[in-house]
Amino acid sequence: MSLADKYPQEVKKIMAKYPPEQKRSAVMPLLYLAQKEMGYINKGAMEDIARMLDITSTDVAEIVGFYTLFHDRKEGKYRMQVCTDMPCALRGADKFMADLCANLGIQVGETTADGLITLEAVTCLAGCDRAPMFQVQSNDGLEYHENMTVDKTMELVETLRKSAKEAKK
Amino acid sequence: MSYLLLRHRDIPDIAKLDVYKKNGGFEAFKKAVTKMKPQEVTDTVKASGLRGRGGAGFPTGVKWSFIPNNIWPHYVVANADESEPGTFKDREIMESNPLQFLEGVAIACYATGANAAYVYLRGEFWPVASILDQKIAEMEKAGLLGEKLFGTDYSLRVYTHLGAGAYICGEETALLESIEGKRGQPRIRPPFPAVYGLYGKPTVVNNVETLTNVPLIVEKGADWYKSLGTADSAGVKIFSLSGHVNKPGNYELPFGTTYRELIYKYGGGVTDGRPVKAIMSAGASSAMIVADDKALDTPMEYAAVRTLGADLGSASVIIINDSVSLDWIISKTIHFFKHESCGKCTPCRDGTYWMDHLIERIENGGMTQENVDLLHSVAKQMQNKCLCPLGEFSTMAVTTAIERFPADFKASSSHAKTGTIAGGKHA
Repeated sequence: MSLADKYPQEVKKIMAKYPPEQKRSAVMPLLYLAQKEMGYINKGAMEDIARMLDITSTDVAEIVGFYTLFHDRKEGKYRMQVCTDMPCALRGADKFMADLCANLGIQVGETTADGLITLEAVTCLAGCDRAPMFQVQSNDGLEYHENMTVDKTMELVETLRKSAKEAKK
Repeated sequence: MSYLLLRHRDIPDIAKLDVYKKNGGFEAFKKAVTKMKPQEVTDTVKASGLRGRGGAGFPTGVKWSFIPNNIWPHYVVANADESEPGTFKDREIMESNPLQFLEGVAIACYATGANAAYVYLRGEFWPVASILDQKIAEMEKAGLLGEKLFGTDYSLRVYTHLGAGAYICGEETALLESIEGKRGQPRIRPPFPAVYGLYGKPTVVNNVETLTNVPLIVEKGADWYKSLGTADSAGVKIFSLSGHVNKPGNYELPFGTTYRELIYKYGGGVTDGRPVKAIMSAGASSAMIVADDKALDTPMEYAAVRTLGADLGSASVIIINDSVSLDWIISKTIHFFKHESCGKCTPCRDGTYWMDHLIERIENGGMTQENVDLLHSVAKQMQNKCLCPLGEFSTMAVTTAIERFPADFKASSSHAKTGTIAGGKHA
């Protein structure tokens, strides 16, 4: 089903932001909309967006490939993206990351066995004064978690695990 | 002194439209549209001495005056891509004082004859974009955006556009490419955005903090603004303080405040009470300043910081104490720039790759004079050869760390890599 059929209101709102002859500008907002569905963007969605904007699906794929918040494969339901850049590292981000790996039982880049959490190391998120910090990217958008400890993070993981179970019921 | 930019710290509810209006909000925009010619607004901003707060420090009014009047339409783009490691000021403005920023956008549009503006936010600022979308809708409802504003013929629409994780989109031409639905890769300049910008039309690109100053300048005048700060650098600046300090956070201070004051008077001193070893004055793009008494007593303004062989930039001040070795610091900055290089020009794409390769070798037991010299040489060869500032930025910390802190690049030294969390409270 095309995005335009599924989300007619949202698509209309997105297209209205840009001059009618510049509809290619809508590619990123439309990709976000497509990603909301499954947490990643598949070939079908790229072809659909390409048709809507009169560009090729390669034009769309290169956008997915260039920008780090777009994903072309399924991973964990929640992507936990920890900033390990220098200002955060000065406040212990590397140690936080190592401890978190040990607690989750996975390495950076891996997903927990239940498919819930994918752990990623990312560059600066503009939260340097509140490190250690990370963002959680999911189908619902992005959420920052700042001034974190491993204990607080594991509590959050438990909460996410519970709500994922409830959602399945 | 009360806050001018971080006004929510004085007036907690200033993000609400009625509270903002009660505190003089949108009076400046109304005054501009109903009582001033666009040229007068530009002249006022020019006379105020306001310079771009995103890093380049270019005079804002001069930038506006470059917009030609024979090519239409015009656009204003607010650069809210804030991605420089160590910078987190625009986020606070947009989260907590969004209307003053949006009023600045509106005034910039009027001054440059633009009827549409885009706020380009980094993708990670998804929740911030929701705040702005809501504020824009409220402004439209209140007749502050839309058709025929204040009974004049002037119309204006403001839109948000979310990026998706790419530092390079903070470079203004890459940002414009990104809004156009392309990969965020810088354009060859000239032509500059003032002539050939968004959709090939004249475009002003200004940083969030820059625009947030504008309503106050229009309201209180250029002379008032110039009376703040120093002769070289007018006004106030938000210093994002991070790294080894006890109270990291944003500090809005007049230009001319010294590093010593920022660190000890405002920032609560250095983590673990250790001495400051190095200061990065402009985030990860910064040269490495030796934190001696002369540096600590240097006033933070554009000209004075330059005498230290560094730049004020976006004023993202990263403090490094003597518990870490700078080879580790540059391994972090190199990795960042290698990850963020857009791949368009060879010196940056290959240069950052080779610097990363070499610093990894050095960090993994290869600390020899030969390897350090090679790293220094690669960095030097990249300088002045890259298409945009990113490539240049990637070399700044590398060359200056090796030149100014030679002890940290000797095989015999200890090469501590640490970051302690020492009860750091944010302001």
